[in-house]
Amino acid sequence: MAILLNRSTRVIVQGFTGKIGSFHADDMKRYGTKLVGGVTPGKGGQTHLGLPVFNTVKGAVRETRAEASIVFVPPPFAADSIMEAADAGIKLCVCITDGIPSQDMMQVKRYMRRYRFEDRMRLVGPNCAGVITPGQALMGIMPGSIYLPGRVGIVGRSGTLGYEAASQMKALGIGVSTSVGIGGDPINGSSFKDILQLFDRDEDTDAVVMIGEIGGPQEAEAAIWARDNMRKPLIAYIAGLSAPKGRRMGHAGAIISAFGESAQEKVEILKDAGVVIVPTPASFGEVVADTLARTKKAA
Amino acid sequence: MDIHEYQAKELLARHGVHVPRGGLAYSPEQATYRAREIGGSKWVLKAQVHSGARGKAGGIKLCSNDEEISNAAEAMLGRKLVTHQTGPRGKLISRLYLEEAVDIAQELYLGFVLDRKEERVMIVASAAGGMEIEDISEKKPDSIIRATVDPGVGMQGFQAREIAFGLGLESNLIGKATETILGCYQVFRDYDASMLEINPLVVTRDGSLVALDAKMSFDENALFRRPEISELRDKSQEDPRETFASDRGLSYVGLDGNIGCIINGAGLAMATMDMIKIAGGEPANFLDIGGGASPERVAKSFRAVLGDKNVETILVNIFAGINRCDWVAEGVIKAIREVGVEVPLVVRLSGTKVEEGRKILADSGEAVIVAETLAEAAEKAVAAWRAAAKKKKAA
Repeated sequence: MAILLNRSTRVIVQGFTGKIGSFHADDMKRYGTKLVGGVTPGKGGQTHLGLPVFNTVKGAVRETRAEASIVFVPPPFAADSIMEAADAGIKLCVCITDGIPSQDMMQVKRYMRRYRFEDRMRLVGPNCAGVITPGQALMGIMPGSIYLPGRVGIVGRSGTLGYEAASQMKALGIGVSTSVGIGGDPINGSSFKDILQLFDRDEDTDAVVMIGEIGGPQEAEAAIWARDNMRKPLIAYIAGLSAPKGRRMGHAGAIISAFGESAQEKVEILKDAGVVIVPTPASFGEVVADTLARTKKAA
Repeated sequence: MDIHEYQAKELLARHGVHVPRGGLAYSPEQATYRAREIGGSKWVLKAQVHSGARGKAGGIKLCSNDEEISNAAEAMLGRKLVTHQTGPRGKLISRLYLEEAVDIAQELYLGFVLDRKEERVMIVASAAGGMEIEDISEKKPDSIIRATVDPGVGMQGFQAREIAFGLGLESNLIGKATETILGCYQVFRDYDASMLEINPLVVTRDGSLVALDAKMSFDENALFRRPEISELRDKSQEDPRETFASDRGLSYVGLDGNIGCIINGAGLAMATMDMIKIAGGEPANFLDIGGGASPERVAKSFRAVLGDKNVETILVNIFAGINRCDWVAEGVIKAIREVGVEVPLVVRLSGTKVEEGRKILADSGEAVIVAETLAEAAEKAVAAWRAAAKKKKAA
């Protein structure tokens, strides 16, 4: 069933009636996502895109039995919306919003820990492209057409670079089980390691492509975990070879501020952990194809 | 966003952190007048630039009379200070800060950062102050004390006390140190800082605890709720190319190469720059045009990139996901005609309606070099840049 999301996942949209929320809600619906409603405080009782609008997430969950929520709420209010989803019993929350203050995210992460592990919401993002299980459902802003359904998982920080990888794979006939954008912020809901663990357990995924970048410890942490635990091939690319130290490259989290955070250092750590390296961003397709062929031969 | 030392000290002083008496000066006359106001017989004149390591670069001078102050001020003002943190271009000195000199008995280090692994505010302290934290962690790793703050309840008194005792301070200074550490945390939290560093925090010969230097950076995502911090922005400390771009809502970082980049998405932008480097070129900038890639944004991006006189070729790489390539192509052509692009231009489009997009570029009559793949785009850009550079040399 791929990971996180499939065709029967019941999804609501927070920030449903806004311009961006409406545009993507419509797109997700067309793709086949089981959209069951949305939340905009003060607009409860209305109908939008043929679906019910609720004032609160709790109300939406009660009426629609929604399990998943996608957040398009503007940065000053996004942390509040994520916590609202967690408290309403949402199981998966994907936050697209770019520009949430770091201290707000620290509070969100702290807040989520008040629930027992088995009741705890999984957060993906913020500042991410979302989650897609090709051929089934889309909870995000990525163009559905570039993903071929298949058996390779993708997890990355960046949106468009993830699209680049998926289209290179599609050109060679390689499909995707699920693609997950974990976002470009320094503090995010799910780390690379969190998503790798899900892919490793997933029966529909044969190999995983990890698309990292400069800044932060998550790629290295994932590599160490994969070296000791992962049963499937892990293929990785790290963006930012030409990025200078101490400068923020677009993403709030893309800044080299400590040892081990440059692209070169991360590639070394990944190599040492036995991860297959994609040497250039133009070679995602061939490296994945080679790795799959070698794995098949070995089996 | 960075602020100046004197601005950081003002914020800290309001929260119970002791700083030396000092005053700001924009001219040698003001500097000598400040000395009179402050009193005493020894002063330190400090160039206010967004960089550490100013001392070694000649940006900090100890003075003992008006003449020395005046001469030092004259030597600094209007000059660019080059430190290992500013890069070769350096940073303009237009403000000076004059402070009473302090008799130092011991130098400590106190820093607050956002720790990405713990996802909390982390305090880093060491009794081996005066050198950079990188050097401390290399030379005296055992001297480093760390603590993290639970964002649910904030920093607690016992945590500050543990640090104060851990630094080996005399018992009469523990109260003052605790107050200083909690004051710093308060400033860090209340103003959405991303970094606060007091290096050195000094114990003076007369037994007080003073922040001799202060460096602060702020979370740009939180500036919307911190107008008092936005006000402290000093554009003279920024790369003018970056100021131009950021004032127009573009995410831009100036670099030293010759190939200008216009790309959508931060990850794809970094990857495209990497590809240029692999192909043998050097990117002139990072530029993420953002989601829409509307004709207006494309035109703004061309202006930002061409504002850099070192740019000899431009590479546009847009992955049209939500929008369509034909629409982006029309925007690119419109922008070229509006802005006037004199350097070779390589455009690579991918995503929805890519064939139509390429056709629009090819049929436009404009001198656009069209590329299909990322590798081809980088190779063509580097080749075009080499040819242009050759021609320039010949002429």
